[in-house]
Amino acid sequence: MSDLGFTRSEMMIVAAARELARARVCFVGVGLPNIAVNLAKRTVAPDLEMVYEAGVFGARPARLPLSIGDPTIVTGATAVVSMFELFGYYLQRGLIDVGFLGAAQIDRFGNINTTVIGDYGAPKTRLPGSGGACEIAINAREVFVIMRQSARSFVNEIDFRTSPGNLGGAEQSEAIRKAGGWNGRGPSVVVTDLGIWRFDVTGEMCLESLHPGATLDEVRATIAWEPKIRSDLATTPAPTAEELRLVREELDPGGVYTK
Amino acid sequence: MPGKVTSMRDAVAALVRDGDTVAIEGFTHLIGFSAGHEIVRQHKRDLVLARMTPDVIYDQMIAGGVARKLIFSWLGNPGVGGLNAIRRRIEPASLAGERPLEIEEYSHFGMVARYTAGATNLPFMPLRSYFETDLPKANPLIRPIKSPYSDEVVYAVPPLNPDVSIIHAQRADANGNTQIWGLLGCQKEAAFAADRVIIVVEELVDESVVRADPNRTVIPGLIVDAVVVEPYGAHPSYVQGAYDRDNRFYLDWDPISRDEGKVQAWLREWVYDLPDRAAYIEKLGAERVASLRPGSAPSGSVDYGSYR
Repeated sequence: MSDLGFTRSEMMIVAAARELARARVCFVGVGLPNIAVNLAKRTVAPDLEMVYEAGVFGARPARLPLSIGDPTIVTGATAVVSMFELFGYYLQRGLIDVGFLGAAQIDRFGNINTTVIGDYGAPKTRLPGSGGACEIAINAREVFVIMRQSARSFVNEIDFRTSPGNLGGAEQSEAIRKAGGWNGRGPSVVVTDLGIWRFDVTGEMCLESLHPGATLDEVRATIAWEPKIRSDLATTPAPTAEELRLVREELDPGGVYTK
Repeated sequence: MPGKVTSMRDAVAALVRDGDTVAIEGFTHLIGFSAGHEIVRQHKRDLVLARMTPDVIYDQMIAGGVARKLIFSWLGNPGVGGLNAIRRRIEPASLAGERPLEIEEYSHFGMVARYTAGATNLPFMPLRSYFETDLPKANPLIRPIKSPYSDEVVYAVPPLNPDVSIIHAQRADANGNTQIWGLLGCQKEAAFAADRVIIVVEELVDESVVRADPNRTVIPGLIVDAVVVEPYGAHPSYVQGAYDRDNRFYLDWDPISRDEGKVQAWLREWVYDLPDRAAYIEKLGAERVASLRPGSAPSGSVDYGSYR
């Protein structure tokens, strides 16, 4: 805990949740997205329809799901469907507004690696792989990314492209997405423990807001390229007492995500 | 014993053969741990293990030496971290000269599509995924295909037809008519795609219970070879309405799985040295089991009507 009264992880989760203010249907990913979306549902987006790839539409979890297949996402949900229906009728059909993803590595255009560090055939570190992320990145109308910033994760070239972002830039991405009939426009925001990045007209991420207590030196030290920073760089509003209470007391009392 | 009801020992001995492709499906929910442990206990070898999320059960089975290959789409300990026993068999730094585990990797929708192609007797299933990713390079079985009706290109995956699919469920009758509620995952597709099907249930019910609620039947006895009655057979995963996920187990597995010696000691203590699931549950203890019991939230009932 910093002397600000909240941790960087708490700031990241709160900032990510706020991004969902106007979203209607959100596909919830494993890990950090899970807590951010559950916080949004309790704050800025009470009408949010939470979709879990395990086969749930309109989840009303009574506790923070321990995983994306937790029984609490079933009890009280609008619908429980097979995974074929979930991926086919809901995602591929184009009904998902926001796909919320995590990442091990990301490049400046928001292309994501969650598969391996090193060579695929002889990996240094084997990561979980795609899960549903690959098709979510392609078929959710837009993609939000939440991840901690580090020089190992914000890299010039990702080791494996698991989930496509803005490919080699906005122009190329738009052309390929249109020609290929993808539902998704690609990533629109990356929320980290240091700030909020939004993708500009070239398709590259640009720092829009710095979290309280974070510095531009830290940002530059945890990114492999010279980052674009908006001239009117903002400071992210600190978490409110209510946001912190929800995170600490209701959503993550064990501090699994927020340490 | 009536119908297809048998013991886990006999079902696995008769229906799972060395070299088989085996799918124990169940997405977080209803994971057939007791079946996986019996396969380890019987020292099956050279299996091709298929599962969307290998989960702790395949970490244990692969550590138990039963598999030569893994087909999957998300390799993690859900909500906890990595699957370390499997990673040790993939990452060269920890292989120590041993042959690596062969892997064949998809996305979730790709795995579901493979089972669906298998279940519906089709040569492939098309899907809008994999564009501009490295997955088709990593797995050449993921191939682009042009629509016969337009210039559109999508990706195709081949059918997955397991020799044996093993499905855990809340209840079935003695002929294997199986009812599931809660997350359905891809169990139906995996069962219809398979040559042989083993059903493991919390509760054996009379046929009349199934017939009173036919919409809840996911797998018909028509495709089922054996029914095994093993309450708590999905522990440490969960069964909707019966018991919660034993999250402590998943957390505890992480440090165990980081050490090959500890993994082998765990398998000895909880698999090899126990005769069956009943002994495992007794060893786990009544208190731990009782702590997993959820509160009650019954569904309303519907009226199917009587038409004579």
